[in-house]
Amino acid sequence: MTRIRIVALIVVLAFATPLAAPVGAPAQSAPIKIGFLAPLTGPFAQIGKDMVNGNQLYLAEIGGQVAGRKIEVVVEDDEGNPATALNKSRKLVDQDKIAILTGGMLANVGYALQPYIDGQKIPATFPVIAADDLTQRKPAKWIVRTGWATSQPMHPFAEWVLKNTKYRKIAAIGMDYAFGYEIIGGFQQVFEEGGGQIVQRIWAPLNTNDFAPFLAQLRRDADAVVALFTGRLALQFLKQYEEAGLKGKLPLLGGGTITDETVLPQMGDEAIGVITALHYSQALDNPTNAKFNKAFEASAGKIASYYSEATYTNARWIVEAIKAVNGKVEDRDAFLAALRKVDLKETARGPLKVDDFGNPIQNIYIRKVERVGGKLQNTVIATYPSVSQFWKYKPDEYMKRPLYSRDYPPCKYCQ
Amino acid sequence: MTAEFWITQSFNGLSYGALLFLLASGLSLIFGVMRVVNLAHGSYFMLGGYVGLSVAWRTGSYVLALIAGALVMAVVGILMERLFLRRLPGQTLGQVLMTIGFALIFQDLALLIWGGDPYSLRPPSALSGVVTAGPGRFPVYRIFIVVVAVVVGAGLWLALDRTRVGAMIRAAVDDPEMAQGVGIRVPRISLGVFALGAALAAFGGVVGAGFLGVYPGLDIEILPYAFVVVIVGGLGSLPGAMIGSLLVGLLDNFGKALFPELSYFTLFAPMALILALKPTGLFGRV
Amino acid sequence: MSATLIGTRPIVETSSRRAIVAGIVALAAAAAVAPALPSYPLTLLTQVAIMAVLAMSLDILLGYTGLASLGHAAYFGAAAYAVGILTTERQAGFLTCLVAGVVLATVTAALFGLIAIRATGTYFLMITLALGMVVWGLAFRWVSLTKGDNGIAGVPRPELGLPWSLAAPLPFFYFALTAAALAWAALGILARSPFGLTLKGIRESESRMRALGYDVWLHKYLAFVISGGFAGFAGVLWAWYNGFVSPVDVQLVTSVETLLMVALGGPGTLAGPALGAAVIVFLKNFVSVYTKRWLLILGAVYIGVILFAPRGVLGALRSQR
Repeated sequence: MTRIRIVALIVVLAFATPLAAPVGAPAQSAPIKIGFLAPLTGPFAQIGKDMVNGNQLYLAEIGGQVAGRKIEVVVEDDEGNPATALNKSRKLVDQDKIAILTGGMLANVGYALQPYIDGQKIPATFPVIAADDLTQRKPAKWIVRTGWATSQPMHPFAEWVLKNTKYRKIAAIGMDYAFGYEIIGGFQQVFEEGGGQIVQRIWAPLNTNDFAPFLAQLRRDADAVVALFTGRLALQFLKQYEEAGLKGKLPLLGGGTITDETVLPQMGDEAIGVITALHYSQALDNPTNAKFNKAFEASAGKIASYYSEATYTNARWIVEAIKAVNGKVEDRDAFLAALRKVDLKETARGPLKVDDFGNPIQNIYIRKVERVGGKLQNTVIATYPSVSQFWKYKPDEYMKRPLYSRDYPPCKYCQ
Repeated sequence: MTAEFWITQSFNGLSYGALLFLLASGLSLIFGVMRVVNLAHGSYFMLGGYVGLSVAWRTGSYVLALIAGALVMAVVGILMERLFLRRLPGQTLGQVLMTIGFALIFQDLALLIWGGDPYSLRPPSALSGVVTAGPGRFPVYRIFIVVVAVVVGAGLWLALDRTRVGAMIRAAVDDPEMAQGVGIRVPRISLGVFALGAALAAFGGVVGAGFLGVYPGLDIEILPYAFVVVIVGGLGSLPGAMIGSLLVGLLDNFGKALFPELSYFTLFAPMALILALKPTGLFGRV
Repeated sequence: MSATLIGTRPIVETSSRRAIVAGIVALAAAAAVAPALPSYPLTLLTQVAIMAVLAMSLDILLGYTGLASLGHAAYFGAAAYAVGILTTERQAGFLTCLVAGVVLATVTAALFGLIAIRATGTYFLMITLALGMVVWGLAFRWVSLTKGDNGIAGVPRPELGLPWSLAAPLPFFYFALTAAALAWAALGILARSPFGLTLKGIRESESRMRALGYDVWLHKYLAFVISGGFAGFAGVLWAWYNGFVSPVDVQLVTSVETLLMVALGGPGTLAGPALGAAVIVFLKNFVSVYTKRWLLILGAVYIGVILFAPRGVLGALRSQR
């Protein structure tokens, strides 16, 4: 083939297809389409895969249909990039004619999609996106969160630390972005109100490889360290924490993602004894979780993490809402109302319902890493039932304070 | 700042610089001989780590992992140069763009073959643990990285300085046309150097796997560090790569420890400044 | 040492009139077809129009002056952030955003140009990469201004006082198309002016131009600044299009993609990079619908085009006469 033909072929192919839009089928017996966004490429590809698998698992369990209509999931790669997420959402809504949009992983994807979702008036659920403000000061009308809010587990965690340990001076180190600020901020708020002191707030850039300079800054006179890292950063941090000799000296606490089951199997003894808080643990002892774990491990070949549980339960949530409107999802207002009213008494993570702002009220578990049967797990050592995103505060009081950020709460006890 | 701080930070900077040397020396040499900036160099590092990981899991041998990683990527480098880069003689931009294409392919292949979970290579127990000497704590694995880098650096230096092949490489770096003119087979030298560069990066990747781990996105994250080293040190210069990696390792460590507020800039701002003052880098010869 | 980064040998001038006609036809066709398109392909075409402006701006630097930059997203993103911040903090209107965005991009380019223009070839590539990373670091770190990693959401479409709201896809598409056409015209005039011809001369041989008495540094610097300004224009459009600005808009990957658009389409032709933008936008969106391996396919396509059409698609088309 001559050069020009090859080139022309590429160009034609590139132009041809998005314009070849599939024709939508009419009527009520048409399938209900769920648009599912997840990062399938890039650094979060594995998490995206877990999310898709969790969703698929539940839908397979119910035979892929509800209220007499088939359920079709259209999965799109958002690449962990808000502009791409917006783009793919437009495709899902305009071309695929989805009834509900779900998925997404990163906070900035959530913030980018919020105006679009409200503008399009399309029902949406976020099983993983945890950015606090999405269900607080500027709640989206059309979004229901079925996952968690970032600071939600850290409020009870701080209370647990005050009541069950002697740690009163804690150094904080986290990733330098909103997820980190909200985890540490949530902890600091309740901890300091209860008489504790956060003596340091260190932020590590997202592309850190060598934690040595940050570990060197940690105050050795603190009672403990509270940390926030995810993915490979958690893996590296814990390892280097031990290498720096801190493991014995400074007990390590953290946001749930530092020992999440997507990285825990890769860790060694350096993870044992680390205490974290999250709304789920793979080691939770209840029948639904046992069933879920068994099925997930069989189909995915690895243990379940909070990401896969999130989309599994999220799929169930959506199905319950579809049942509540008898499958008539085309009435978007009714469907949205149903989504906000779902109340699940027992899921893999325990009971689940949402508050008036669209965020879950659920159990928060304090977990400790232990080696059981040769494998590491997040053993649940305490449970706080029915925790909302506002903890014990009244919503308007809570929201009078600023959003947890790099500078809030301020580090009063820092030197 | 205590003595412990200075000692620990200097050592950490040194060991990080050592790892960067393994990564960047290949890039510098490749540029020196071929005038190509290999934007797939980070991919070589990452893929070397993944291959080493697989071999270590299969055979349990750390040494085999090191050798396998380097060899496999050397072959990949040879194929890349022979089958693709060589078709665009002299078209530097075209070659650079081609390496970008390869970087994308490698990134996706890695995801396909090894999945997206982050992995860590457990070093053999002989290399684990920590040595305490006075106020300093020196993880054994980091000492190992420094030793390896010194050995490799010395080996490269001697090879370039004392052997005939080394002389031919140096000639090709200085003036490819003249070298060709006196009968040096420059294309063959290019191929050899490219393979060597790839092997070095991959070797660095396996060594790094025990310290940084291997994960998707490592290729994109580590590449700017390689650039900073060769820019600071000067493209095509081995001593430059040595000094550059040491400087970058120390600068990064101390910068983040002393000025955490400026963490994102501790590398690139100095790099831009050095280039502003001396556009060919500190030791640049081309 | 000469500035030549080859792969960009000149494409004969006589075809330029043909290119203009072809370009006008393409614009007219797009404008005619638009009302019939469903809104998703329409939004893709809008993206193409905006990316075309970005790619054309880089072409001035790469195709015409022979300087390959790996940091072009810096000016694009800076302008986008200007729009993002001004609309959400100060409810700024159309003209303020447009001017502020382009001015910020131009000033940034003017500043960076002073540092970068001393270098050539690979060093220029490296230094522009470093400068791009500095802007990225700023976007991440200056949280009080840029909201860091979260990005700035809720950027409204501009109010032009027209009977059609730009919030709808079709009017905004025409808006973007008009903007792209204007940018193309302006850059085209620049490219054919004595200034543009001097740039081409510099790309061919800096030493010769210097010997002929031209102020090479000044020309390169001006090309850098102008190219940055037009990249800013694209950035302003992008912020309005997406309604969202984040550090992704200034990251290395964005700069690399822009470079690829120019190289793929045909450097030194203006129409080529616009075509390259179209190819890449459609390729990314088309391929990713059908397979998770779209990155691999994209990489293979880049390599294929560079191998078989080293002067880009347009270069290959032209040389087939």
